[in-house]
Amino acid sequence: MQRRRQRMLFAGVILTGVAAAAALAVRGLGENMLFFFSPSQVAAGEVPAGQSVRVGGLVVRGSVVRDSGLEVRFALSDGAESVLVRYEGILPDLFREGQGIVARGRLLTGGEFAAEEVLAKHDENYMPPEVAEALEIAREGGQIPAADAGP
Amino acid sequence: MSPELGHFALALAFCVSLVQAAAPFASGGGAERRLGIARAGARVQFLLVALSYAALTHAFVTHDFSVAYVASNSNLELPLFYRISAVWGAHEGSMLLWVLILAGWSCAVSASGAPLPAHFQARVLGLLGALSAGFHLFLLWTSNPFERLLPAALNGRDLNPLLQDPGMAFHPPMLYLGYVGLAVPFCFACAALLDGRLDAKWTRWTRPWTTMSWTFLTAGIALGSWWAYNELGWGGWWFWDPVENASFIPWLVATALLHSLAVSEHRAAFKSWTVLLAIFGFSASLLGAFLVRSGVLVSVHAFATDPQRGVYILAFLGVVVGGALTLYAARAGRIRDGGAFEYLSRETLLLVNNVLLVVVAAAITLGTLYPLAYQALGWGTLSIGPPWFNLMFAPFMLLLALLAGIGPHTRWRSDTLGPLARRLRPAAVATLLLGLLVLFLLSARTLGVGLALLIAAWVAASTLQNFRQRLRAGSRMALHRLPRGFLGMTLAHLGVAAFIVGATLTSAVSTERDVRLAPGESHEVAGYRFEFLDVHEVPGPNYEARRALIDVRRNGERVALLAPEKRVYRSDGQAMTEAAVDAGVTRDLYVALGEPLGGGAWALRIHHKPFVRWIWGGAALMALGGILAVTDRRYRRRRRAERRTPAGEAAPALR
Repeated sequence: MQRRRQRMLFAGVILTGVAAAAALAVRGLGENMLFFFSPSQVAAGEVPAGQSVRVGGLVVRGSVVRDSGLEVRFALSDGAESVLVRYEGILPDLFREGQGIVARGRLLTGGEFAAEEVLAKHDENYMPPEVAEALEIAREGGQIPAADAGP
Repeated sequence: MSPELGHFALALAFCVSLVQAAAPFASGGGAERRLGIARAGARVQFLLVALSYAALTHAFVTHDFSVAYVASNSNLELPLFYRISAVWGAHEGSMLLWVLILAGWSCAVSASGAPLPAHFQARVLGLLGALSAGFHLFLLWTSNPFERLLPAALNGRDLNPLLQDPGMAFHPPMLYLGYVGLAVPFCFACAALLDGRLDAKWTRWTRPWTTMSWTFLTAGIALGSWWAYNELGWGGWWFWDPVENASFIPWLVATALLHSLAVSEHRAAFKSWTVLLAIFGFSASLLGAFLVRSGVLVSVHAFATDPQRGVYILAFLGVVVGGALTLYAARAGRIRDGGAFEYLSRETLLLVNNVLLVVVAAAITLGTLYPLAYQALGWGTLSIGPPWFNLMFAPFMLLLALLAGIGPHTRWRSDTLGPLARRLRPAAVATLLLGLLVLFLLSARTLGVGLALLIAAWVAASTLQNFRQRLRAGSRMALHRLPRGFLGMTLAHLGVAAFIVGATLTSAVSTERDVRLAPGESHEVAGYRFEFLDVHEVPGPNYEARRALIDVRRNGERVALLAPEKRVYRSDGQAMTEAAVDAGVTRDLYVALGEPLGGGAWALRIHHKPFVRWIWGGAALMALGGILAVTDRRYRRRRRAERRTPAGEAAPALR
């Protein structure tokens, strides 16, 4: 094969691969993006209904209630507002009252958050950065930037 | 051995690495002499870093809590084994291990006589020395592991309980051997670009080093996945966690490099592409280091935050990658690619292999970096879920596996469709029969699962058929006469098949249940009856454990007695779940203790995971294949021939 045709082959194969990947990536990215909200943003009604999102804050002391089965309810707070979270299953080892955690799930119409997954960092002194930032903003009483606002 | 001695040795090692870096590029003196200096530098540097590493280990073993790093990562009650592995349990010590390994690789390069010109070898060592110097400076400046704590602590804060597991003890060294090993092909590529010439010798010499690093990376990633499965208590084996991705991207690029080097060695084609991949491979390693150590990531394994460190690594990354790419842009035009080939040839298939691997690596990089960029721009905080990564990974990798069944049967340079199809027919028939049988046995309903299993069967069948043909081709050739490179490929491709089977079946037909059980109660999962017998207290060396006993029966017969634990570490009261697993070739039974629910009842996580072992078994086969390929006769024969030629003769002739 001539050098030129070989180059064309190179370019053709690479372009096809990249185009296929890009098409898949863009199509899938929108559906799989998980935005993060603080309890204040939840209270302000910024969370789109029915969409899977993440909410983070501190587990309010004394708010953890278990029923007879595996369902557990607790409140997440950023100091200003709090949101009630419902979860069914086993909580991570580091889930504790007063600890910063992140929950992934959907906001129900009643204002309750149905979590599908609860994440706690495996370190005592650790605070998820999103939670730390949300707490900081709530403390200052300042504006919390909307997750989908432009730059 | 005092910590100050270790610190001093480290500072000296930095100075030596500067000499090692500068000597090969200095003017004056012969090439042989410059090579001599660089070689001596690499060896002295290794000894100094080893001394420094030994000093830190000594501080851990003897409980020297006047060293801040020891005080925060060890404890009087920590068993000796974990005190030794605790050296790389956090940022500073693991960086020291990284530097030690880099010095080790440089030492290995300096020790292996290559049939390459002296000035070229000297430059490779010089570039390795420059990389070392960069990391030494990082250690000494931002992450000194020998910093004193005054007054000394009475007891240490203890190693993170998550890291007190054999899998975790071996996972980082393996991974680092792979990460850092990619620096060797990187420096080879840069030295070749500086020279402006690249011949077959270059590829033949780069190849075993790449294979070695790839083998370590494979083993390291597999160990990490196995650790996560056992230790995190979720029964998952891969989470598309950003730090996992950080180790997986270099692996993908290294795999591409491995295959592209094959073309460069046999056919002298793809040379400039191979060089670019060598640059990308180590760049991906550095990017991983940046992600893990800068604190930009939220993850199980990310180290504590210190902005200074992040800035340093980012700058270092910029200089190294930017420098290498600039060099590439300036010199790649001089590389002559030989070896023309037809559309249907092994070269074309390997080209597609490379494109697929690089595209997937790029996609995973995008998915890992996109949330960071999004946040850095102040648009808010988001993360990208595992389904996206699966979507980007699975289709491309299945296509790649499909081609892996065809590639080795295809001839170099030019092939014709008819004979190729005839050669592949037995494998295709075997695949269909095997595939139908498997589908029938497992009654897997979804299209994706069936397709993935068919492709796995295809890879296995065509690899075995190729093996049989090679065995038969030379009738007097026994198994041990076959080239080890070929045997290595056979094993690695069988590993790919096993991995696909394991990953597909585990994700498609696992059963996972969270249940509430009181003593005497039982729950049935996938035909196995799990009876919760009781919970009793068991003291550990540095923790208190509550151990449950679970009787697992199938059709009334006992299959296993599982004893999962909930541990509370005495040093900081941290709770840890220790899952109990009954491992088997066709299935794992996995039980983890959740939390006590009152009245003696516990939350229990029960999993039935079919074929999950095949995932790590596949990775082990790939790593074994890598080891076989490295020990191929042609690398050893070459070295013997080299020893016969007087050293001074070859150098000027090639200049």
